This record gives sequence, structure tokens and C-alpha cells, in this order.
Amino acid sequence: MAFFLETLLGGLMAGMLYSLVALGFVLIYKASGVFNFAQGAMVLFAALAMARFAEWIPLHLGIANPIAANVLAFIGAGIVMFVVAWVIERLVLRHLVNQEGTTLLMATLGITYFMEGLGQSIFGSSIYKIDIGMPKDPVMILESSFEGGILINKEDFYAAIIAAALVALLSVFFQKTATGRALRAVADDHQAAQSIGIPLNRIWVIVWCVAGVVALVAGMIWGSKLGVQFSLTTVALRALPVVILGGLTSVPGAIVGGLIIGVGEKLSEVYLGPYVGGGIEIWFAYVLALGFLLIRPQGLFGEKIIDRV
Amino acid sequence: MFYRENGQFKTTYRADQQIFPILQDRMAITALLLVGFALVPMLASDYLFRAILIPFLIFSLAAVGVNILVGFCGQISLGSGAFMAVGAYAAYNFFVRIEGMPLLLALLLGGVSSMLFGMVFGLPSLRVKGLYLAVATLAAQFFADWMFLRVQWFTNNSPSGSVSVSNLQVFGLSLESPLAKYIFCLSLLVVIALLAKNLVRGAVGREWMAIRDMDVAAAVIGIRPMYAKLSAFAVSSFIVGVAGALWGFIYLGAWEPAAFSVDQSFRLLFMVIIGGMGSIMGSFFGAAFIVVLPIFLSQFLPALAGLFGVEISTAVVSHAELMVFGGLIVWFLIVEPHGLAKLWSIGKQKLRLWPFPH
Repeated sequence: MAFFLETLLGGLMAGMLYSLVALGFVLIYKASGVFNFAQGAMVLFAALAMARFAEWIPLHLGIANPIAANVLAFIGAGIVMFVVAWVIERLVLRHLVNQEGTTLLMATLGITYFMEGLGQSIFGSSIYKIDIGMPKDPVMILESSFEGGILINKEDFYAAIIAAALVALLSVFFQKTATGRALRAVADDHQAAQSIGIPLNRIWVIVWCVAGVVALVAGMIWGSKLGVQFSLTTVALRALPVVILGGLTSVPGAIVGGLIIGVGEKLSEVYLGPYVGGGIEIWFAYVLALGFLLIRPQGLFGEKIIDRV
Repeated sequence: MFYRENGQFKTTYRADQQIFPILQDRMAITALLLVGFALVPMLASDYLFRAILIPFLIFSLAAVGVNILVGFCGQISLGSGAFMAVGAYAAYNFFVRIEGMPLLLALLLGGVSSMLFGMVFGLPSLRVKGLYLAVATLAAQFFADWMFLRVQWFTNNSPSGSVSVSNLQVFGLSLESPLAKYIFCLSLLVVIALLAKNLVRGAVGREWMAIRDMDVAAAVIGIRPMYAKLSAFAVSSFIVGVAGALWGFIYLGAWEPAAFSVDQSFRLLFMVIIGGMGSIMGSFFGAAFIVVLPIFLSQFLPALAGLFGVEISTAVVSHAELMVFGGLIVWFLIVEPHGLAKLWSIGKQKLRLWPFPH
């Protein structure tokens, strides 16, 4: 029982991180109808920027305090992501207005490759580390109720809390601010939003910025867990089934989907993996999402798809 | 002046409906085939065969397959690498496990296995489309990656996880020399490309295109979406599977699952985008482009940097390659969504009217 709960909790916390990446997908899709395949590249790019800034700042500016350096690096990487968002809107999206979803998807594939190349040529392609001072030692909880207690990785726990805080912050931003309302209006209907004076281009820049910040936070957490390296882009591929499961247009869907996938992956790996040779984490989420698509094509919380001729 | 149809009158429907209705096109294709089969073998060096021509032929074949699915039927696929892998490993198993299995039959059976695999993973296309389908095909990719890495049976229990074939023969002729490999790939490519061309201009191809352009409208006018989509998945993954088997057997000789990773899928999709979606000819352009570009960059960039007295490492070249690929994809999607094939046909159109612009 304790082992099961431990796996479950581990899955939930890993799932929270998947939700974070998935959130990036959902934000952009909701506001611009673009399925942003480049989210993974953005995570890598942001993490690379932050890791390198954190190295450079103490070196060149003489700020020795690690917390201050990290905060400055975070802000610097945030500015970089803002520039990236602006450039993408300016050079790519503006020219592809009103194109089909698949064309836009392929354009983001192009952006993915470009950013992977650019990021590595600017910031280098070795493995870097982000050290934001999260404790890494595991702790025991509930020792009284279970034999042996439940082992929890503190790092995962803090990461999950950061992710949850970001999600809450975004929900407030979307629901309560004027910009958030404008974003939702654009998501509902581009043309109607434009006709009441919401500047579409600016909204897109804002959305891509927000997605950039989400990518930065995800990159920071994953980067401090795994080290900043090329394989971070695959984290985004792991988060794709989350979006499918939760529905492309739903923020709660991204969270619930992430939790389901995280738990499903861990449980399947532990209880099913030994029978089929292990390593099934890689495709289990996809097959789960695929099976789900057959039953409910729009995902858990997605909007019903209506076709018109 | 040279590319005019004046005086070419068609008096039968047969003549009007042939693949290349214009005399000059027929001549050009004949000339191209002659060059391919006769002139190139005389002139090309072994390096050219190995590094450029054979990969180009195999990628062209795969790109034709992907183009049928993505370009003609509009079902975007990010799992083409998986279909290649299934073709390669199935052909390997048929070839190794069955005594006296002819190579050609093994390759085709590999294609058939890939076809079945493709149809299974094409089933979601009946329910979902566009973006969701792209993710569904990624599932095929990751599943295949895992299957050939972890399930020992598929690699004939080879301890290292990599498989190899040797002593390839077709009709008693050895396939060891680069020239023989080249001729074999070229023959197969010509036959399959011709079949594909005929397929896409026939009734089936029209159904695919109707589904691509607007599936609901196509269904309303009586096209069965299920039949059209699954047939596109079947034909496409058959061709891609054969290409995968060729890639393993002829080009690599020995391979492991990483040879058919998700990068391969993306590369195939890029060939289709750059070459021209919905054009068999475009597949060849795209394949040529993607095969030659990295070689060109690895030669050209250090030379260019040398002019300015800068040393360039291979890492920089590979990053530059990624950036050039990415930039080109976006550029083509914005400026010329129909790819190089469209540029080619614009050129022909201009030539037709030359010297008068209208």
C-alpha cells in the first residue's frame, strides 16, 4: 500500500510538471489557433539562456550572491523570451494569418528547428546546470500510518508547488485582468475581437510571451532536475499526450491531463513494465491518449468540434 | 520556343489522358531515364553513389509515400520514421527467418507489414484530424522506437540490438557494388513512382484530394472518408515501408532502431514541404534538397568562414544546418506553400508563353 501511494504521489508530482509544459501548448492554441510544436524548443532555449546567464552574471557583473544572480538570470531569460515571441509574431505568424491549422503546425516545426540551432549556437551545446537552491534530499512522511512510510523527493514537491502557483497566477490573469479578457475574446473569435478594437498582433505577442515565461519556468525546473541539455526538447514531446487527453483548448484540461498522464506513466512502468520489457513510459502516455481520442475526440474538457461545409 | 504545344493535336481520349500529354515532357522524361540508367553509372564515382545518389533515391521513394498521405490526402503524419522502421525490420525478419527468401519478395513483404501497421495507426484518422492526428502518428513513432529496442524477437535476439544483412542478391546478381545498389534502387523507384503517379491521377487519388480539401464536403458528395483515408494510409505506409527496408538493407547494411527515429520522420515531412505538397515530382526535388543541403553546408560554411579567417567547428555546422532547415521550412510555407514543384511548374508556364508574357 505504501509503495503504491509512493508511486502515485511521484506520478502526481511528475504530472504537475507535464501540466506546466502542456499549459504552454494550450495557451497558444487557445489564443491563436496555432498548435505550437516549438514549445519544447522554447523550453530548451529558455533554460539554456537562464543557465548561461546565471554563469555569466557573477563572472562579468560581479554579483556573487547566488540568489540575486539567479533572479537576474531569470529576468534576463524572460526578456530573451519576450524578444523571441515578438520576432516569431513579426516574421512568421503575421504572414500566416488565416492559414490552415496544419500549415501553422508545420511552421512551428520550422521554428523548432531554427530555435534549437540558434539556441545551441549562441549558448553552446554542452550540458549546463541550473542551481536554484532547491533541496534534493528525499523525506519520509506518514511514517506512523504506514510501515516504512512514504518516501517523497523534496525537489519534486517544490517543483509541483511552483507549477501549481504558476497555474493559479495564470488563471487569475486570464479571468480578472483586462488583457486576460481580451485574450479570451480573441480565442473565441478572431474577427469579432478585432472588430471591437482588440489589436490582434499585440495579443499574439502577449500570448507567445506568456507561453515563453511558462517555458522558462518549466525549463528552470526540468533543467535543475535533469541538467540543461538537448534532451529537454523531448520533455515537450512527452507533454503532447497531456494536451490531447485534456483537450487543446482547456487550461484545467492541461492540469488534469498532466496528472492523469503522470500517474498513468508511473503506475504502468512499475506494475506493467516488468512484463513487457520495461521502458514503456515512452509510449504509454501516447497510447493512452490515442485510446482516449477514439472515445472522445475533443479530449476531456475540449470544446465539441462541429464541422460545417 | 522549345516548350510549346502548338501542333500537338489529340484525337483520342487515350491520347488526352496519358501521364505526360506534352511531347516535350515525354522526351524529357525519356532523356532523364536514359541519364539515370546509362550516363550516371558511367560517370559517377563510388563516393557519389554512396553519399548522395543512393540516399537520394531511397529518400525520394519515402517522400513519394509521405506525400501521398500528407500532400494528397491531407493527413499530417509525424510517424513516417516508424513506418520505415517496420518495413525494415519486417523485411529483415522475413529475409533471415525464411530459408531462401528472395530479397525482392522480402522487401515487398516488409512493405506489406508496414502497410498493416500504418492502417492500424491510421484508424484514429477516422475520428480525429489535423493536429490531433499528428499526435496520434507520433504514438506510432514512439511505439515502434520502443518495440524494436526492447522486444528481442524482432531483432532475431541479437545481443547488441543492431541487425545486419549480407550477401544480397537479386535474380542471381550480387548487390554488393555501389553501382548495382544504385541501379536496383533506381529501378524500384521508377516502378513505384510510376504506379503512385497513376494512382493519384485516378479515381482513388481524386478521392484523396477531395478529402484533403474539405472532408465534410467530400463525404456529402458521396466519398467514403473511411475508405479514402485508410487507403491513403495503406498505400503511403507500403511505399514508406519499402523505402525503409531499402534504407536498412541497401544503404545501411547494419542498423539499429535509432536509424528510424523521430528525426527521420521530421526529415521526410520537410522533404514533402520543401519539395511540394501534392506533387509526385516535388518528392524528388525535396529529397534531393534535403540530401544535398547538409553536404553543401558542411563544405560551404567552413570555406566561407575561411575567407574571413574564422575556424568553424562541426558543431557550428550542424547548428547552422538546423537553422537553415528551420528557416527554409518557414520561408517556403509563407512564400511558396507548394514548394519547389510549384516553382518548376511556374517556370514551365513562362516558357510556354515565351517570349510573350501573356
